[in-house]
Amino acid sequence: MKITVNGEQVTVQASTLADALDELGHGGAKVATAVNETFIPATMRAARVLEPGDRVEIVAPRQGG
Amino acid sequence: MPNFYGTEVASRLMLGTAQYPSPAILADAFRRSGAGIATVSVRREAGGDRAGQDFWALIKELGVAVLPNTAGCHSAREAITTAHMARELFDTPWIKLEVIGHADTLQPDPFGLIEAARALTDDGFQVFPYCTEDLVLCERLLEAGCEVLMPWGAPIGTGLGLNNIYGLRSLRAHYPDVPMVIDAGLGLPSQAAQAIEMGFDAVLLNTAVAKAGDPAMMAESFALAVQAGALAHAADPMEPRDMAAPSTPVLGKAFL
Repeated sequence: MKITVNGEQVTVQASTLADALDELGHGGAKVATAVNETFIPATMRAARVLEPGDRVEIVAPRQGG
Repeated sequence: MPNFYGTEVASRLMLGTAQYPSPAILADAFRRSGAGIATVSVRREAGGDRAGQDFWALIKELGVAVLPNTAGCHSAREAITTAHMARELFDTPWIKLEVIGHADTLQPDPFGLIEAARALTDDGFQVFPYCTEDLVLCERLLEAGCEVLMPWGAPIGTGLGLNNIYGLRSLRAHYPDVPMVIDAGLGLPSQAAQAIEMGFDAVLLNTAVAKAGDPAMMAESFALAVQAGALAHAADPMEPRDMAAPSTPVLGKAFL
């Protein structure tokens, strides 16, 4: 299905957020996620079923002031 | 030393982690600053990109506490979601809450700030609000559950120092027991010393160190400045006066 990841349209085979993270190369990485502007805790990723058109945000630690 | 939400920190200097010429210089600046708290942020990361993971490894090596921010958020909703992501990533209830209200001055949006501060406090966060020195705003932030205030000295990245001495002095005097950090706008160690002399508990800076010709040297100079400021504050400075007063005794002067 087509979803938006960090502002870019991608096609994934995965049906859950957890599987999408693995498919997109984030497996094991220190990241946090939101879907459609709602925070999804790591513990909920496997249960979060993705729908076509979902907007997924994947963030990691970064420099800040 | 400052105490933030029950955690005592060993330095009055808090340092940002952005804009350094290299990770090695960042690490060197932290070592020479003696800072006990580093501000960090969360940003998008593509699959296979190691930038965030490498940065996190560097921060862990520094051995400092991290204070994640919600930089760049322009609404309470955006800041709240960012705070949740930061709490999970950094495993801390601390959040430097930024809700920007004006694109040119990066001035905090006081209304969004209070809304987000209340929601996050209710959700167990320990909020460090980046705010102005406005007394009413700060009162509302305290009512919302904030136990630390972080008024700006001047707009972020300007290096203008303490723009509203009266407002900051008034804020400090009204809430003598609330830990307060001057956040943003400092460019020189003398400005940091001035803030601590006035009774502020700590200063938070980034650009002043990261954009100096020698960031590590500048970091050390800020460390010395906040130590001097703290000593001066503890020493109870004299009151300024308008008219001159001779320091050398008048009595006993030769009659010539």
